[in-house]
Amino acid sequence: MNGSEPTFVRKTLAPARKAPVVTTGLIGFLRTRLFNSPLNVVLTFASAVLAWFVLEPTIRFLLVNAVWQGSDRTACLADKAGHPVGACWPFIQAKFTQLIYGFYPEDQRWRANLTFALAALLLAPLLVPKIPGKTLNAALFFLAFPCLAFFLLRGGGLDGFAFYWLAELFSVAWKPSLMRFWLDFSLTTTVVIAVVILLWGGWPNGRRAGLVSALTFAGIAVVIVTLRLDQGGLPVVDTRQWGGLLVTLVVSITGIVASMPIGIALALGRTSRIPLLRIFSVAFIEFWRGVPLITVLFFATYMLPLFLPGDFTIDALVRVLVGIALFAGAYNAEVIRGGLLAIPRGQREAANALGLSYWKTTGLIVLPQALRHVIPALVNSFIALFKDTTLVLIVSLFDLLGQLRAAFADPTWATPTTLFTGFAFTGIIYWVGCFAMSRYSLFVERRLNAHRQT
Amino acid sequence: MTMAPAPRQPPFRPLASLWRALSGGTGWKGIAGQLAFASLLAWLAFDVVTNAQDNLRAQHIASGFGFLSGTAGFSVNQALIRYSEADTYLRVFEVGLLNTLLVSIIGIVFATLIGFAVALGRLSQNWLLARLSGGYVEVIRNLPLLFQLLFWYLAVLAALPVPRQSLSIFGIAFLNNRGFVVPHIVPQQGAGVFVVAILAAIVASLIMAAYARRQLYRNGERLRVWPFALALLAGFPLLGTVLFGAPVVFDVPVLRGFNFAGGTRVTPEFVALAIALSTYTAAFIAEIVRGGLLAVPKGQMEAGASLGLPRSVILRLVIIPQAMRLILPPLTNQYLNLTKNSSLAVAIGYPDLFSVFAGTTLSQTGQAVEVIAMTMAVYLAISLVTSALMNVYGWHIDRSQRV
Repeated sequence: MNGSEPTFVRKTLAPARKAPVVTTGLIGFLRTRLFNSPLNVVLTFASAVLAWFVLEPTIRFLLVNAVWQGSDRTACLADKAGHPVGACWPFIQAKFTQLIYGFYPEDQRWRANLTFALAALLLAPLLVPKIPGKTLNAALFFLAFPCLAFFLLRGGGLDGFAFYWLAELFSVAWKPSLMRFWLDFSLTTTVVIAVVILLWGGWPNGRRAGLVSALTFAGIAVVIVTLRLDQGGLPVVDTRQWGGLLVTLVVSITGIVASMPIGIALALGRTSRIPLLRIFSVAFIEFWRGVPLITVLFFATYMLPLFLPGDFTIDALVRVLVGIALFAGAYNAEVIRGGLLAIPRGQREAANALGLSYWKTTGLIVLPQALRHVIPALVNSFIALFKDTTLVLIVSLFDLLGQLRAAFADPTWATPTTLFTGFAFTGIIYWVGCFAMSRYSLFVERRLNAHRQT
Repeated sequence: MTMAPAPRQPPFRPLASLWRALSGGTGWKGIAGQLAFASLLAWLAFDVVTNAQDNLRAQHIASGFGFLSGTAGFSVNQALIRYSEADTYLRVFEVGLLNTLLVSIIGIVFATLIGFAVALGRLSQNWLLARLSGGYVEVIRNLPLLFQLLFWYLAVLAALPVPRQSLSIFGIAFLNNRGFVVPHIVPQQGAGVFVVAILAAIVASLIMAAYARRQLYRNGERLRVWPFALALLAGFPLLGTVLFGAPVVFDVPVLRGFNFAGGTRVTPEFVALAIALSTYTAAFIAEIVRGGLLAVPKGQMEAGASLGLPRSVILRLVIIPQAMRLILPPLTNQYLNLTKNSSLAVAIGYPDLFSVFAGTTLSQTGQAVEVIAMTMAVYLAISLVTSALMNVYGWHIDRSQRV
């Protein structure tokens, strides 16, 4: 060692480091998300065991061991099938029409189908944001469709229009006839168009509104002629014969449609500066929100008839619909109020500065923005409403769940797996409906918040 | 140097302010509109009352609450207080109310436990666990509660074996299609002492925890409390037991013939309702808890980590206190929903308030107005009191966040 040699020069290469642990791909995934610590290994195994014990019997029950064909209960018994029996699908096949239509007469079912199709046809474009004409579409779905559905599903015709009702109100004798019906219709049309034009500010300004109402009446006339409402309409199907999915959809769609105006009115009332309106709205909302839906349904079924004049009877389904509309309206009111409060005050002030009236400010500036904001929350409250329609079975209406319960009582299909099969089938219907709605709500929420995502 | 002009106060005109408040700033038009609205409401109320009187007279039903002292004459299969068929309708009301509260409290406890567990599972790093928890939430949340209730009651519990082949849980509790048989707890002489001992241990532990916290804040000294608290909680009751004898004796059910002797039978209705309510509400609670935990800014966790705190401590002292503020109001809402939903008991015949009062009592007496009003009033009172408490809490939080 002479000391002049620099000691810091390495003579040999340092050993290569180990390659870094893979954190991508399948191996990396297993390493980081499933087996990265002893605790996680335990959790992974426990979850895997749990998943196996849930999924395996479900699939085995629904598909592998299921019986697909048969005409009565014997097909679904283990000794006949020769293997342990899972779902007994022939039971669903046999009860399918009951589960969908209840006891709606077989030769009239096309009416229910037509109503379903119309609803789908009107609803689908309403849900896709890109399709234009939302105002017309919403008007058709929320106003025209319910009236049409009423005459389609229940049947029956019209005796007259405004003048007929006036005559009845003042107990003037009016013998319905075809000529009087159309006379009444044209008179009503003329009066309504005139009033609309006057309300919208006289001839040149109210032209458009007058045209819209004229077109509306033309549409009504077309419907009257097609369904022959002037000649008694379709045969009446009593609501006691309705059942199954039909009732579920009727109750939920009526609830959704009727709860919107109630909700908007209550929300505006609660945010209004007029004290009596505010107090009334707060009391109304808090009352309905504070009680369970069943008490509301009992209220509608047992107390509402007491409050009406003795000679006035209302249909059991209608009573329930009234209760559900008020209940859902109170919940919607709170959702919509949230939207109203989220609109900056400047919007209203700017509209005021332009000289718009309260109603124009609300209808043209504030409400459209507020409603758009709360679509996701509204869809969530519709999901709750859809699920809550099952409660009508407690007041002896046969909705999908009620009809299922009735089907269980049939001794020709009493097997050990009938109950599970029935619950699986209806469960899938409810689940698909609710899940689709919740996904739609998420989709709208993302769209609304698109500007916030970076 | 210029003096800032003193801000001008608006002139004090109480009558004008009152007028503006009453009319809602719309002048005579507002007042007239309100008068019209009030008269409409009054007319509606008058109409409803007269119609109701006429209808009740036509049906020969005497209105009023006199029916409450009448004999009920029907039996109730679960009563927390002594009840027999000879008791009055008022007693039925009390029995039902207690049953509602019982199932609600049990439901709330289990829903909270399951809900928090599922929320943590859904937030876990573990992919499989997160997926499973997410699946639970999506399945349960998207099915109607009544559907689930009937599923548990009609399908699952009815499919359990008969009492002779009961599913035994460690030989002390038995599950069969007639319910859940659990040991009956018979209090003995030492029971009072036992309870006092536990209470004393809890109080002592709380005092220690408060002292430790003060030491931490004053001197930065960290005292370990939990071993002592555990020792106290185990030791005091044990001491009591040694000195005064066993506090309770468990009357374990035994199979005799076709049914069980001894023990307490929890009815299948109760089991189904408790399971359905707690699993259903748990799915909503899980989402609330998850949302609350995710809403705490990420920087809080990172700041805690940069201070060198372990993850569990960050969670306990930094994240959860902030998340709780967001979680608590909707959580209370879910508890209220659970209580209101317990009225679905009527569908399976669990004797809750709604089922025995608005169900059986209403159909026996026909006193629809009184019965439904009383039932609604109970639920309304529960929710109004809870929301009032929540408002106080919100006000408290609001004030404590103000600087």
